[in-house]
Amino acid sequence: MAPFGLVTGVAMVAGGIPPLAAMAMSVLVYAGASMLAATQLLSAGTPLAVILLTVLFINLRFMMYSASMRAHLGGLPLRWKLAAGYLLADNAYGLSIARFNEHPPMRTEHPEMRGRLGYFLGAALPIWVTWQAAVGLGIALGAALPAQWRLEFAAPLAFIALTVPLLRDRAMVAAALAAAVTVVAAWALPLRLSLAAAAVAGIAVGLLVRRRA
Amino acid sequence: MSLWLAIVGMGLVTLALRASFLLLPDKVQLPALLRRALPFVPAAVLTALWAPELLLHKGVLYLSLHNERLLAGAAAVLVAWRWRLTVATIAVGLVALHLFDWLL
Repeated sequence: MAPFGLVTGVAMVAGGIPPLAAMAMSVLVYAGASMLAATQLLSAGTPLAVILLTVLFINLRFMMYSASMRAHLGGLPLRWKLAAGYLLADNAYGLSIARFNEHPPMRTEHPEMRGRLGYFLGAALPIWVTWQAAVGLGIALGAALPAQWRLEFAAPLAFIALTVPLLRDRAMVAAALAAAVTVVAAWALPLRLSLAAAAVAGIAVGLLVRRRA
Repeated sequence: MSLWLAIVGMGLVTLALRASFLLLPDKVQLPALLRRALPFVPAAVLTALWAPELLLHKGVLYLSLHNERLLAGAAAVLVAWRWRLTVATIAVGLVALHLFDWLL
């Protein structure tokens, strides 16, 4: 996670985001892949609505996390649910859900729920601090390194590093291949519709292959 | 300024997704089709973001041994597949980009 934060910081600055805005984005958004995608789109002058839609697509997985966390943290007061939501990054989710699933869910306001919140915050806060420090370091590095190093290419490379471990079975590989073919074929469409088309094609092909398997 | 508007908007979209089901009442469930579809979203969307960077040049398909981005990306895929190390993947990709650029 720390290396990915570092690369995200470097790539944001290399992609033309001013350092202060890049750090603000890291704190407010706190979701690396969508920040890298937004950097690419912002430097291409993409309309705001398209950027927000792209961020929505990339971060849809957080809805799954939110749904599976509800049984464990859903009974907390609103402010704590918002705080937990803000901190619900990939690693924080992975660490806490593994722990929570060892114990049966507790739906009511109960001392046990406080314990779960404590465990979640104990995992999520160090992850948040590490991430922000790594991004900050990356921003400083990115601002200092020369443009001839072509560090903007670090963004697609980071996406490759994120994608390849996901390709665990034939359905996932098929989804990625379908998305790649579609995005290239639909590239000429306005408003980066190629991205939405690729997402839909990838999901559809993935579901089809999984059903046949 | 539109950059700051984008940043605030991105933050709100992301928080809304992360807090979504924590805030919704228990009777609102993730629809079954969405539950099966969501696992494919990251692989599909992320690939749609990096594939054009390797395959296209000025919007046109560029499958050639002179395409240093494609070669560097292929090297990065190999490293990611074999070792699954973020730093190694990115470092090899960047070095390969300059190496192929210099060689070709």
